[in-house]
Amino acid sequence: MINTIASFISAAIIQSIPLLYGATGEIITEKSGNLNLGIPGIMYVGGISGIIGGYIYERMAVEPSAFLCIIIPLLSTLIGSGLMALIYSFLTITLRANQNVTGLALTTFGIGIGNFFGGSLLKLFGESGSISLLTTGNYYKTKLPFADDLGLFGETFLSFGFLAYLAIAVAIVSSIILNRTRTGLNLRAVGENPATADAAGINVTKYKYLATVIGGAISGLGGLYFVMDYTAGAWTNNGFGDRGWLAVAIVIFALWKPSSAIFSSFLFGGLYIICVKIPGLSGAAKELIKMLPYLVTIIVLVFTSARKKREHQPPAHLGMSYFREDR
Amino acid sequence: MTDNKKIREPLLRITKRPSIVWWKAWIILAVAILAGFLLGSLVIYALTDCAPVKVFKSLFDGTFGTERRTWFTLQQTAMLLCVSLAVTPAFKMRFWNIGAEGQVLVGALAAVTCIVYIEDMIPNWLLLIIMVGSSVIAGMIWALIPAFFKAKWNTNETLFTLMMNYIAMQLVSFMIMVWVPNGSSVLPTQEFGWLPAILDKKYLFSILVVVVLSVLMYIYLKTTKHGYEIAVVGESENTAKYIGINVKKVILRTLAISGALCGIAGFLIVAGAEHTITKDTVGGNGFTAIIVSWMSKFNPLIMAFSSLLIVFLQEGSSRIAETYSLSDSISDIVTGIVLFFIIGCEFFINYKVNVRHSVKAAKEDK
Repeated sequence: MINTIASFISAAIIQSIPLLYGATGEIITEKSGNLNLGIPGIMYVGGISGIIGGYIYERMAVEPSAFLCIIIPLLSTLIGSGLMALIYSFLTITLRANQNVTGLALTTFGIGIGNFFGGSLLKLFGESGSISLLTTGNYYKTKLPFADDLGLFGETFLSFGFLAYLAIAVAIVSSIILNRTRTGLNLRAVGENPATADAAGINVTKYKYLATVIGGAISGLGGLYFVMDYTAGAWTNNGFGDRGWLAVAIVIFALWKPSSAIFSSFLFGGLYIICVKIPGLSGAAKELIKMLPYLVTIIVLVFTSARKKREHQPPAHLGMSYFREDR
Repeated sequence: MTDNKKIREPLLRITKRPSIVWWKAWIILAVAILAGFLLGSLVIYALTDCAPVKVFKSLFDGTFGTERRTWFTLQQTAMLLCVSLAVTPAFKMRFWNIGAEGQVLVGALAAVTCIVYIEDMIPNWLLLIIMVGSSVIAGMIWALIPAFFKAKWNTNETLFTLMMNYIAMQLVSFMIMVWVPNGSSVLPTQEFGWLPAILDKKYLFSILVVVVLSVLMYIYLKTTKHGYEIAVVGESENTAKYIGINVKKVILRTLAISGALCGIAGFLIVAGAEHTITKDTVGGNGFTAIIVSWMSKFNPLIMAFSSLLIVFLQEGSSRIAETYSLSDSISDIVTGIVLFFIIGCEFFINYKVNVRHSVKAAKEDK
């Protein structure tokens, strides 16, 4: 029994990591007042950028070193997803385009990039078969050295690659920055009321750009974790599925707090995988259980809007662009 | 004097245009689309070695090359247009309904459910009428749930409708598992509930329905009291309240129309083309429709052209990818690029960019 529970917890953690990256990135973005619906696309690009970086390095290097195998895909992901967020920022902040429309176009574009290169990368390099970066994948999957000595506890909580722990660290650090520093206060001011922030001497444009690009880059890491650790360096088209939208849902569920996002992601990861773990379920029942994360999000959304507690609301200026001369 | 030097004019200064001559706006849009096409064809060139001049010809060939392709292109355009029409009233009201995907899907699900349970117990025309009815009701319910909470507690509709999409998808998967409990879990093509072919053309019926709907929507938005109320609520909710418009009622009524049209789109997809259903039957049209509606400024007639442009890009570039045996996802990349340009060009229509030099020149003129 305890083994079943332990294996469920560890499976839920694995599922939760991409969601946590996506949610943390989106929270930082939304705090600046930008509702980036391009996150699902950005996460696809994050994944495929890592794959492309890793693939090119594995092709070139005679003996791939562990350090470069880790660092090159990591940097490619940060750059790829950061650039995607930059497209969004330029269109919505500088050109003041509609955020929903831009975000949705970015998602189409990003998923297109992911699936195109995922399906054609080898062909473009004149090879055949499907992408499989076992070497890089294995480095990403390396467990903590002492995990095996700690028995069940080690297996359940310590048997993941470093990106899993990084996700939690990033969420905690973001939470501290948002709530305990001057930068965080300024950023929240920009999201709540950019005109006031502007009057107080905060550079609204700079904060919006930085938050969106950094948030996008963090979300991209979720894609990297998925392709390198979860699938061990392999790419399947649409394999990442709708996890990006789930990440957007977690932002609501966590009430725009990165620290709550850690637990929320775990919960959603659990809901995502629970249908596989309950024995003897019919196929139809499984599909109904998969509905739960979305249903739960809607319930949270309705309750928070009905209770109108001020600290549980989305940033007041979420989804609107800011132009200084519009008063 | 030194102070003056410190506070210099910025190189670029942005001012809002009070208005713009219509042909200037069109030129800006045309330039943007052209630039998007150019960059898109360069990307295709980089990936496939298909020369940029040839890209356009291949795009055209892929969409209108044969009679079969032309009809397929028209059918796809009609479906995208139908969903775009559906989201428009809500969108014009600034109700960010990004749940069209789900609303169309439940419409399609309702139609398929009728086929599966009724089969040939009644004549085909009666079955079709029952299908339309249930599709409309299903789409309406799916849109009214978020609208109700928006009207009551101002619940964020963007996120609510987004979640409703995935509930609809799971509902479809669930029903398929109920109908096909073991084996492939793919619902086979249904024999009943087909729309009749007009002049031997399978798709003509649904295309004509969408044409009629576009005209009706144009009239509804431009000339009726309802259309006016939608426009006022969209511009300013406070103004609407002040002049005595019942905002909650308008929200619910508009979303009911929006959902009903989505339901019809779902019905047309099932009865006019697919005759079965999967989770991905709508294929992202619900999201693309939002972009179409927005870039057409909520004008149903322009929407027809925008839908055609998008379908042209998507079908055409998939065909190119097919020729070079590459992934057809290249169509999403090319469409994305063109969309970015169209989205970005809006800025140059609404705002004027003044270069520092020209400001000086303007002062001297005075």
